Amino acid sequence: MKILVAVKQVPERDAQIRVTADGKWIDEGDLSYTINEPDAYALEEALQLKEKNGGEVVVVCAGPERVTSTLREALAKGADRAIHIEADDLGERDTLGVAQILADAVKAEAPDLILTGLQSDDLGLGQTGVVMAELLGIPHATIIMQVEVVGAGLKVKRELEDGWFQHVEMPLPALLTIQSGGNKLRYATLMGIKKAKTKETKTVTAAAASGAKAIALERVYLPEKQKKTEMLTGTATEIAAKLVEKLKFEVRVI
Amino acid sequence: MSGVLVVMDQRGGVMNRMSFEALAAGKQLAAKLGAECSAAVLGESGGGGGVGNAALARMYSVEHALLKVYTADGYVGALEQLVKKVEPTHVLFPHTYQVRDFAPALATRFKQVLISDVIAVHDGPVFVRQLLQGKLNADYRQTGSGPCFVSVQAGSFRAEAESGEAAVEVFVPAIDAAQIRNKPGELFRESTQTVDLSAAPVIVSVGRGIGEESNIGIVQELADALGAELAASRPICDNGWLPMERQVGSSGQTVSPKLYLAVGISGAIQHLVGMKGSKAVIAINKDEHAPIFEVADYGVVGDLFEVVPALTKAVLAAKQ
Ligand SMILES: Cc1cc2nc3c(=O)[nH]c(=O)nc-3n(C[C@@H](O)[C@H](O)[C@H](O)COP(=O)(O)OP(=O)(O)OC[C@H]3O[C@@H](n4cnc5c(N)ncnc54)[C@H](O)[C@@H]3O)c2cc1C
Ligand SMILES: Cc1cc2nc3c(=O)[nH]c(=O)nc-3n(C[C@H](O)[C@H](O)[C@H](O)COP(=O)(O)OP(=O)(O)OC[C@H]3O[C@@H](n4cnc5c(N)ncnc54)[C@H](O)[C@@H]3O)c2cc1C
Repeated sequence: MKILVAVKQVPERDAQIRVTADGKWIDEGDLSYTINEPDAYALEEALQLKEKNGGEVVVVCAGPERVTSTLREALAKGADRAIHIEADDLGERDTLGVAQILADAVKAEAPDLILTGLQSDDLGLGQTGVVMAELLGIPHATIIMQVEVVGAGLKVKRELEDGWFQHVEMPLPALLTIQSGGNKLRYATLMGIKKAKTKETKTVTAAAASGAKAIALERVYLPEKQKKTEMLTGTATEIAAKLVEKLKFEVRVI
Repeated sequence: MSGVLVVMDQRGGVMNRMSFEALAAGKQLAAKLGAECSAAVLGESGGGGGVGNAALARMYSVEHALLKVYTADGYVGALEQLVKKVEPTHVLFPHTYQVRDFAPALATRFKQVLISDVIAVHDGPVFVRQLLQGKLNADYRQTGSGPCFVSVQAGSFRAEAESGEAAVEVFVPAIDAAQIRNKPGELFRESTQTVDLSAAPVIVSVGRGIGEESNIGIVQELADALGAELAASRPICDNGWLPMERQVGSSGQTVSPKLYLAVGISGAIQHLVGMKGSKAVIAINKDEHAPIFEVADYGVVGDLFEVVPALTKAVLAAKQ
C-alpha cells in the first residue's frame, strides 16, 4: 500500500509570538518551527500501516525552504521518500489554494491512502484534508484514531464528542484526517538519521497562486481580556499563602 | 442571493445544543445584513419541528431516506442542492465534529473556503477566529463571490429562548445510494469509565507544562492535599501519562466542580468547553497571555515547579 502523508511545519509550541507592525501576520524572523502535532501522529499511523501491510510511505509538505527540516525529520523516523512543494507565497493562498497545490502533487503519485492531520496548531482551520479529498474526488473520514485494512478497503475509528466513537468502512483510495493520541510516537534513531541522508527528497514548484482568494485574513491581534482575573504575585511562598486564603475564605474548599 | 441559512446539526433526531448557538449567530448576522434568517434540518423525515419556537423566515426540512444516518457524501450532496435553491449569501453551521467532516467539502463545491470556528461577527461582516490555539485573534473577510460558509465555535453565541414560528418547507434532494461511499457503523463508547470526574467537588488538572511523566507526582501531591481528583488535558492522556478517563474537554469529560485548579494548561477551546462551568477556576501558567487566564478567577503567572510544591505545603499546613 502506498501511503502519502501531508505534514505542515508550524511554530514551536513555546515560541514567543509577536504580531508584525502592519498587524497582518506574526513575526517569523526569530521563530523556530516543528512538525504540526497531529501530523506526527499521521506519520506514525502510516509507518505502522506499512510495517503491518508493506508498501511505501511518502511525506509531502508545501512551504518555503525551511520546511525541508521537517521533511528530513520524517525521513529519519522512517518515511521512504519526501516531496517538497516549494512555495514562498503561502500567505497569498487560502485553504483551497494550498489544498490545490497539495492535490496536484499527490495526483502524480496516485497513492492508495492519504493521511493529514485533523487541524494545524497555528492557523487551525481544520479542513485542508477534507478539501483535498473533494478536489481529488476520493472519500474521506475525519478525526480518526485507528486505521485497519480490511479486504480492499479500510475500517477506521472516528472520534466523536464526549467520549463517543464510531467505526466507518470505506473503499480505497481514501483520505483520512488523523487525531492525536491514536498511537505512540516514535523517535528518530541515530541509524534513522543517517539513513535519511540517502533518501530522496523531490522538489517541485507550486503553480503560481491564481490571485483570487475566497477568504482573506485581514488583521491579527492579541485577544482583549474580558474576564477580570485577580492575579496573585510575589515569591512562590507568598503566592501559596495568598492562594490558601482564597481557598479558605472565597472558594471555601479547605 | 440573499439571506442567512443556518444548518442545524442533529443526530438520531436529537438536536446538538450548539445548533441553537449557530442559530443565534445567524440571526445576529441577518440583522446586520438587514436580511432574513432561515434554518435547515437534515434527516429521514419530519425535521421541521426541530427548531422549537424559533422565529424564522423559513424552516427547511431536508428529507431523504439516505439522510437517516450521517455520511459526508449524503450531506454534501443534499446541502449543495439546497444552497443552490435557496441562494443565501451566508451559510452558518455549529462547529461540531459532524460539521468539520462535511462543511469544508461543501464549501469546495462552490469554490469557497469555510471560515471555521468563528467566535464573533462584526460589521462588514468580519468574522473573528482564533489562531495558535487561542493565543491570537484574527479578522477574516470573504473575498470570493459565492455563498460564504462559516462555522461557529461552541459557547461563543448565546442561544435565546424564543416564541416565534417558522413556515416549514420540505425539500427532497436527489441522492443516489451509489453516491455514498462510506459505510458508517453504530456509535459506541470504550469500556465503562471507573472515574467519574463530573461528581468531584475539587479537581486539580495537569497539562503539558508538566514536561515529563515523572513530574506528575508533584501535581498528584497537591491533589491529595486538597482531597481533589486529578484530571488532565488531552496531550497528557495522548502520551499515556494518565488514563484517557481523566481527560477533561470536548473529547473527554465535562466537569463543573467548586474548584478547578489548572496547572500548566494553556486553555485551548477544546479544553475550556469541558471545564467552563466550574464555580471557581485557578490557573498557574508561566505565560501571562495563556488563554486559560480568560476563564480564571485567580491567576498565577509563574513556574509551576516552584508554585505547586509551595502550595501543597501551605495547604497541608492550613489543614492542620
Ligand atoms: C498571513 C498568512 C500566512 C500563512 N502562512 C502559512 C504557512 O506558513 N504555512 C502554510 O502551510 N500555509 C500558510 N498560509 C496559508 C493558509 O491559507 C493555510 O495553508 C490554509 O489556510 C490551511 O491551513 P491551516 O493551517 O488552517 O490547515 P488545516 O486545515 O488546519 O491543516 C490540516 C492538515 O492539512 C495538512 N496541511 C496543511 N497545510 C499544509 C502544507 N503547507 N503542507 C502539507 N500539509 C499541509 C496537514 O496535514 C495539516 O495537519 C498562510 C496564510 C496567511 C494568510
Ligand atoms: C477535535 C479536537 C478535540 C480535542 N479534545 C480535547 C479535549 O477533550 N481536552 C483537551 O484538553 N484538549 C483537547 N484537544 C487539544 C487542544 O486543542 C489542545 O491542544 C490541548 O488542550 C493543549 O493541552 P495543554 O494546555 O496541556 O498543552 P499546551 O497547549 O502545550 O500548553 C502547555 C502550557 O503550559 C505552560 N507551561 C509550560 N511550562 C510551564 C511551567 N514550568 N510552569 C507553568 N506553566 C508552564 C505553557 O505556557 C502552556 O500554556 C482537542 C483538539 C481537537 C482538534
